[in-house]
Amino acid sequence: MIEIDQITKIYDGARAVDAVSMTVETGTITVIVGTSGSGKTTLLRMINRLVEPSSGDVRINGEATAEMSKTALRRRIGYAIQGHGLFPHYTVARNIGVVPQLLGWPAAKIAARVDELLDLFSMAPEQFRTRYPAELSGGQAQRVGVARALASRPDLLLMDEPFGALDPIIRARAQEDLRRIQRKLGSTIVLVTHDMQEAIQLGDRVAVMDAGRLVQHATPAQIITEPATEFVAEMVGGIERPLRLLSLIPACEIAQDGQIEGTPLPAQTSLRDVLAQCLASGRDAVPVLREDGTQGQVTLAAIRARAQSRA
Amino acid sequence: MKIGALIRLALIALLLALVLRPEWFTWAFAPFAPPGGPVIYTRASLLSLALSHLGLVALASTASTLIAVTLAVLVTRPAGAAFRPLSRTITNIGQTFPPVAVLALAVPALGFGAGPTLVALFLYGLLPIFENAMTGLSTLPPATMEAARGIGLSRWQRLVRVELPLAMPVILTGIRLSVVISLGTATIGSTVAARTLGEIIIAGLLTNNTAFVLQGGLIVGLFAVLIYDALVQLETYLSWRLGARRARG
Ligand SMILES: Nc1ncnc2c1ncn2[C@@H]1O[C@H](COP(=O)(O)OP(=O)(O)OP(=O)(O)O)[C@@H](O)[C@H]1O
Ligand SMILES: [Mg+2]
Repeated sequence: MIEIDQITKIYDGARAVDAVSMTVETGTITVIVGTSGSGKTTLLRMINRLVEPSSGDVRINGEATAEMSKTALRRRIGYAIQGHGLFPHYTVARNIGVVPQLLGWPAAKIAARVDELLDLFSMAPEQFRTRYPAELSGGQAQRVGVARALASRPDLLLMDEPFGALDPIIRARAQEDLRRIQRKLGSTIVLVTHDMQEAIQLGDRVAVMDAGRLVQHATPAQIITEPATEFVAEMVGGIERPLRLLSLIPACEIAQDGQIEGTPLPAQTSLRDVLAQCLASGRDAVPVLREDGTQGQVTLAAIRARAQSRA
Repeated sequence: MKIGALIRLALIALLLALVLRPEWFTWAFAPFAPPGGPVIYTRASLLSLALSHLGLVALASTASTLIAVTLAVLVTRPAGAAFRPLSRTITNIGQTFPPVAVLALAVPALGFGAGPTLVALFLYGLLPIFENAMTGLSTLPPATMEAARGIGLSRWQRLVRVELPLAMPVILTGIRLSVVISLGTATIGSTVAARTLGEIIIAGLLTNNTAFVLQGGLIVGLFAVLIYDALVQLETYLSWRLGARRARG
């Protein structure tokens, strides 16, 4: 558990982060979202003390970070940033293994961990281990960057716009990968983005920052249906709000009885995607699988009803 | 690539022959010698002169590299930034003093021989290495440096594992310039009795023997070309490793 307690950073008299408090539960993803200059990066960097807070505390599992040595603290916390920041003169394997190596792991254990992570990110170890970062695509380099951050099984993973430099398709895949891996490893992640859609899709909790202040810290559904301020409502985007809400709801939740033609969509398909399917195919209903594996259908009328009800 | 390697081999063979078997070239230098005068320099073994010449350059360049890189590292740390202009001035002074003046000033203090030459070569070597090392260390990719800090490398580890290796190709360019300048400048060391290949050239000038001047000049020139080439190869290899070129092979 990460407790951020009344943390403030003052730059030249201006409060870049202003008395922010929040708690991040173990095994969850918290996404910090806000406009440019709202203090997201500063808040994130105070957690691993790349920025020293002007006042306030951060505690990891009850231990105050201010009391730890900076390098020891950072080695316990994974860190991944936009533009990956890989070491260009290290191979992929050495890049991923750099923190375990700093922590004194035996070579065989590091090698096994590197292969395990490459597998996890669907990159064939024998093909990628010995490559240099310049020999990777942007998406691959970004995955290696995240793998490096995960290598030593850190208590916490901090990510600053890790997908910022990727094109929309690769980006969506990277988000799915991260979600899958986080579920599998049970990692605790704090991720910064300025993309509300990314925040809603990835976050168990979303923290909205505005001019250095934390204006709302809640579940994605609450952020959409009960925005705390005008600013949050604006971030969620008035007109797109129903769509954002639909993107949170799996199809199986409103599936009805009824056998209709076509290959059924997977149970976890979001209603937003189901709606897109209806519109694209010109049909009023599409077949979907239910949680128990039987086939059902989702109708346009049911989607409309769900979008109008609040959460 | 093939042709380059052939030319390199031919030049190495020519240089070895010139140094080890100078008498083979009597026919080539004879037209430039004064009538009845000696064609090939025999007062000292060319090999020992060449080794002493290279030794002086290596010693001076090593010292300039150590000092210049250390200085560059210090002034690129946050605490050392204030000393940047001062260290620039110091290394620039090394460069603006004519080498002959350095020799003349150093002789009273250090006596004749290798000492004054080493001092001159050392001072001359500082600036290119310092300037390049500073450029290399202050233009590192920001995301990489941020990540290095963020994943918990200490200052020293960042310097040794990330900053110096990444700046190495640029530092090497400085070393290359400095070594080539030193190879040439070392010849004037012979005027204060340092044992260098300049001895042949000066003997030629004193006795109006163009054959000696050509012989000495050719050997120094070949050393400069080959060492320059070797260092270029090393730089290319290093920057390739750093991803300047993507495709393998
Ligand atoms: N080192 C610094 N010195 C002075 N001011 C700073 C420094 N770092 C950040 N700031 C200021 O603090 C405020 C918050 O910056 P921060 O980088 O945290 O924003 P951000 O929310 O991450 O923005 P972006 O989405 O553009 O990355 C900005 O006004 C910025 O100018
Ligand atoms: Mg930022």
